[in-house]
Amino acid sequence: MGMMMMGPRRSGPGGRGPQGGPPFAQAGEKARDFKGTMLRLLTYLKGHYPALGISLGAAILSTIFSIVGPKILGKATTKLFEGVLAQIMGTGEGIDFTYIGNILLLLVGLYLLSSVFGYLQGWLLTGVSMDIAYRLRKEIAEKIHRMPLKYFDGTNHGEILSRVTNDVDTVSQTLSQNLSQLVTSVVTMLGVLVMMLTISWQMTLVAFVVMPLSLVIIGQVIKRSQKYFRQQQDYLGHVNGHVEEMYGGHFVVRAFNGEARSLERFTAYNTQLYESAWKSQFFSSLMMPMVNFIGNLSYVAVAVLGGWLAVQKLITVGDIQAFIQYMRSFTQPMGQLANVTNVLQQTAAAAERVFEFLAEEEETPDPEAPAQLDKVEGTVEFDHVRFGYTPEKVVIKDFTARVQPGQRIAIVGPTGAGKTTMVKLLMRFYDVLDGAIRVDGHDVREFRRRDLRRNFGMVLQDAWLFNGTIMDNLRYGRLDATDEEVFAAAKAARVDHFVRTLPQGYQMEINEETSNISQGQKQLMTIARAFLADPRILILDEATSSVDTRTEVLIQQAMAELMRGRMSFIIAHRLSTIRNADLILVMHEGDIVEQGTHEELLARGGFYARLYQSQFEGTAPA
Amino acid sequence: MVRLVRYLKPYTLLLLAVLVALLIQAWADLSLPDYMSRIVNYGIQQNGVETPVPEALRDQTFERLKLFLTDEERAQVEAAYTRVDSSSADYAALVKRYPALSEQPIWVRKALSAQDIKALTSPLGRAWLAVSAIERIMSDPQAAATIGKQMGVDLSKLPAGTDLFTLLPKMPAPQRTALIERLNQQAEALGESMVNQMAVVAVRMEYQALGMDVTALQNAYILRTGGTMLLLALLGAVCTVTVGYLAARTAAGVARDLRQDVFRKVTFFSGAEFEKFSTASLITRTTNDVTQLQMVLMMMVRMVVYAPILGIGAIIRASGKGSTMWWLIAVAVSILLSLIFIVFTVATPRFKLIQKLVDRLNLVTRESLSGMMVIRAFNTQEHELQRFDRTNRDLTSTMLFVSRVIVVMMPAMMLIMNGLMLAIVWVGAHEVAKANMQVGDMMAFMQYALQIVMSFLMVSIMFIILPRAAVSADRVADVLETPISIQDPPQPRAFPEPFVPVIEFDHVGFRYPGAEENVLCGITFTAQPGQVVGIIGSTGSGKSTLVNLIPRFYDVSEGAIRISGVDIREVRLADLHDKIGYVPQRGLLFSGTLASNLRYADENAPDEVVQEAISIAQAREVVESRPEGLEAPIAQGGTNVSGGQRQRLAIARALVKRAPIYIFDDSFSALDFRTEAALRRALRTALRDSTVLIVTQRVSSILHADQIIVLDEGVIVGKGTHEELMATCPEYREIVFSQLRQEDLQTLVTVGA
Repeated sequence: MGMMMMGPRRSGPGGRGPQGGPPFAQAGEKARDFKGTMLRLLTYLKGHYPALGISLGAAILSTIFSIVGPKILGKATTKLFEGVLAQIMGTGEGIDFTYIGNILLLLVGLYLLSSVFGYLQGWLLTGVSMDIAYRLRKEIAEKIHRMPLKYFDGTNHGEILSRVTNDVDTVSQTLSQNLSQLVTSVVTMLGVLVMMLTISWQMTLVAFVVMPLSLVIIGQVIKRSQKYFRQQQDYLGHVNGHVEEMYGGHFVVRAFNGEARSLERFTAYNTQLYESAWKSQFFSSLMMPMVNFIGNLSYVAVAVLGGWLAVQKLITVGDIQAFIQYMRSFTQPMGQLANVTNVLQQTAAAAERVFEFLAEEEETPDPEAPAQLDKVEGTVEFDHVRFGYTPEKVVIKDFTARVQPGQRIAIVGPTGAGKTTMVKLLMRFYDVLDGAIRVDGHDVREFRRRDLRRNFGMVLQDAWLFNGTIMDNLRYGRLDATDEEVFAAAKAARVDHFVRTLPQGYQMEINEETSNISQGQKQLMTIARAFLADPRILILDEATSSVDTRTEVLIQQAMAELMRGRMSFIIAHRLSTIRNADLILVMHEGDIVEQGTHEELLARGGFYARLYQSQFEGTAPA
Repeated sequence: MVRLVRYLKPYTLLLLAVLVALLIQAWADLSLPDYMSRIVNYGIQQNGVETPVPEALRDQTFERLKLFLTDEERAQVEAAYTRVDSSSADYAALVKRYPALSEQPIWVRKALSAQDIKALTSPLGRAWLAVSAIERIMSDPQAAATIGKQMGVDLSKLPAGTDLFTLLPKMPAPQRTALIERLNQQAEALGESMVNQMAVVAVRMEYQALGMDVTALQNAYILRTGGTMLLLALLGAVCTVTVGYLAARTAAGVARDLRQDVFRKVTFFSGAEFEKFSTASLITRTTNDVTQLQMVLMMMVRMVVYAPILGIGAIIRASGKGSTMWWLIAVAVSILLSLIFIVFTVATPRFKLIQKLVDRLNLVTRESLSGMMVIRAFNTQEHELQRFDRTNRDLTSTMLFVSRVIVVMMPAMMLIMNGLMLAIVWVGAHEVAKANMQVGDMMAFMQYALQIVMSFLMVSIMFIILPRAAVSADRVADVLETPISIQDPPQPRAFPEPFVPVIEFDHVGFRYPGAEENVLCGITFTAQPGQVVGIIGSTGSGKSTLVNLIPRFYDVSEGAIRISGVDIREVRLADLHDKIGYVPQRGLLFSGTLASNLRYADENAPDEVVQEAISIAQAREVVESRPEGLEAPIAQGGTNVSGGQRQRLAIARALVKRAPIYIFDDSFSALDFRTEAALRRALRTALRDSTVLIVTQRVSSILHADQIIVLDEGVIVGKGTHEELMATCPEYREIVFSQLRQEDLQTLVTVGA
């Protein structure tokens, strides 16, 4: 029945999908701080106390009802049995159907109630766990927007996505399962124990002599199969990794005649995987037959003792029957409890990852009395700026420059020189380590981020669009813009024309991969957004490649129009742009090595001059 | 599923063994309740006495019993017993077991087969009934009256103390036959099982009269039965373990074989097949789908095959126990199946919806992450949160609904099972009253009923799982059944010696399989040895496709490509690839070390060759920046080196090959201009004798190529040197001007020249 509860297969990003875990005892990792994590998880249950209380009560009632069932049913069979004996002996009036009928009616009622309470409990607990899942996801989403960009430099998106979906899912699924299993298992075991004792303490004793034996066996089997499951997981990782790598680099493998080597390595991994796979499957299949056999052992022991006790007229046949049923219902919750501890580890591990994420450092809060910044004048001052993505690795050592309102600044340098770092500092995506950046004489840290960023417009090279209509995507520049304003911005950015040629025009849906419009068109759209936002200061990232020539011309026109009358910082690749700049900042290995106009810099004959010339040397015949 | 059946073939023997083990397991599992009921029926209820055919009885009782047997039956019974007295040979042994032997002769049952005993059961049962009735008549005159009335004989006039047993033989034969007849009718009305149970009580009294230890007898019976039961349980367990072992080996083995075959197949796929499936899909087919199949196969073997065996076996046995009650099971099963059906028709469409919503949630989150700078720049965090919250709410409510539907299953199933048990007790009680069955049989029937319902449950679960597995199976089979479109020719030719790296494109056209339009059309040009041929054009103009035709990643649709005068389709692929040094678009590295990557073309390449390649590729600083040098580890996909470093390493890797033909597919894009310039200078010297094809979007990369081919929408629109093209080709001019301003260009060209 377990698998009916497993729900749809959800393969989250980053994950490798289902790996075929054991029926229970997943080879999961363990939480570092189990207790702390669980305590924190418990705080999420606040506000659900009434529901939890009721479902606890329902669980207890449901279990009690289903436990007393066999005992009462035993009475019915005993009565039946006595009736039959009386018939044989020729004494008495035979089977008392009224009595048996009454008992059965009572039982129908009890079982019905038990099921109703059982469902009530499940209903409430799923509500609680789904609400927790909802809140965790919401908190993660909110957290993402409060974290400094720095965090995302070192974390890949798949990992964060996996927290939103897989980890939260694990927490909520195992939570409702665990809570109800924990309660019902404990109540069942206690209840069953009491019932067994009321029938016969001797038989209970015999039954329990055997119990620890199955516990030991369950423990051993879990231990061994876990070892192989971990191995299987590892080897599966190897196989999957190799497959991904070889398929991804298929042309390279073929071009270098690497097929045989690739196959050889695959076969080795595959064989290892096979060995661990069958062992883990086998070991986990051992559990049931072994536990069953031990169950039968105790059954015979109890039957022998019960037969003897029956002869001594100490217990009735119905009692033996009920006792045997109780014994059977004792093993199941025991296995479940063994499982719960395992599953709880999984819950804790998943919850810990989520909590770790939620505990990550956030952006420094905005100042309480922020400087006002309605209309920026445009004086930008870099005052001995020192910056590094990590404090150990400083990329900008000591940069000082003063930019006058309305100036056009080009940032140049070889790929990877850290040109975009400047942009990120201006927008306050990162904070300087030392020194200050001042806008209109105020340190940028004195403003609210929101106010500061409103004055800056940004057009980046990798245009960011989302799944939605073109209209929605354009309006992103200013969410409260009217349709007319959007159209106007689109016209200014040379977007209008191509959009009108598209199937649904402005209502065309950008697909999930944002691949149904071209790279150049995407760039035009981000320019349109900047028009809509109408910022005082522009930050532009010139496209380097991958745009067809006609669109390239449009982009250049649109950018030129956007820059008109605006102060702008341009990450420049084009000589024309560089030459027309009022100030060129030359970056090399993360530092600004020179600044000045094109002519000044050429005259200096330094790094810029070399860079400028080197672009063309290689083409000279050797 | 059917398409992959042949993968089971090597495991036929294992599977047969599984079948045998499963049959034994089912037999053992099904026999267990039987033994359980015997312990209760005979061991406890009948005090260990199983049958009305006693193992020994007193001479007197023997004579009395014979009075109520027909002549034929009497002969049978006499043949089955031996008379023993103090003069008998085994007297000493027997008197210990039957102390009464010391006072009187007794009859001891011979060693009889179960069948013989069964034949004697019914006549002796009736005889016991009669004897015990008469004994009661004699001891209790009041009872005599009632019993006599039942028998149609007026016994009230009988003088007290009359020994009826002495009277009976003196009765006239017809009268006695009539009496026996009437007794038989009486017994018939009671039913055989009731007669037996009553007779057994008499047998037990007879044993007591013989002085036997009845309690010990009972214990011995329970222990004997229990022992057998344990043996059976052990046998069952051994079989289950065997099945587990064989099933694990089979499932893991089939998965291994499938994985191996799929991987081998895909390894030799051409670009066309990759195009057809997509790389991502091929990866899941090789990994997840096969793993899925392994799990399902394991379950199939252990459950799907077993459930019907168990179910059918249980039905057969249960019908023997309570043939009048099996309709109860049918009702329970049909309720259960309807429940499963309803739950899954309600839940399945929502499962799909959940999957969609999870994807949606992922998408929104992914967009939040990838657009982080834009979002913050436009201050639209609130807007993003609202988008997320909408999906989050939808997902939560759908999941809640589905979970609550699924949660019904457990309590409802318990209710059905428990209800079935109650119904069996109620209906069974009436059957017992009618003496159609015994209490123990009823209890056994309950067990069988549970097993039958469970096996139906298991089968129905499989019907839910199988369709999903079938999808995986089809996906895997699709790969295995796809013919490889590019293979070695049956009679391969060799390249002529000496090999001249001339590449000739002769009216080449190409279209992707299933595409409507050609990607390339009428491509004709020749690349001479030692020449550098630049191929330029905008994205989607077919540049990469063109060079991918040379190593036969794809085959031309029209025309032909000749190398050294030989159509490349006539030589072996390995020979062709030997001649080509290929540098892919993304500098693709494999996990391992720097050295293992650089020596990918030739594991035994001498150090000098590797070092030289590193120098030419401007990759020296990449190696030197790492403390481990050439042994520095490379992560999967080369993610631990930067894009530019990857490209340089990929170039070095190709250079180690020292091939006569080199293809650079946009391989300089991540390099800064300075590095690119240095690299191109080095290449020019190193590849002096090779034919070099460079695909690029940067004019500066090919400005000085011997021949530049300008592609636009799959057609060659210009062919010649830079100067020629500047004069004749407007498309080329457009590209150049979009990248460089005219005046710059002039300076550059003059500087360069």
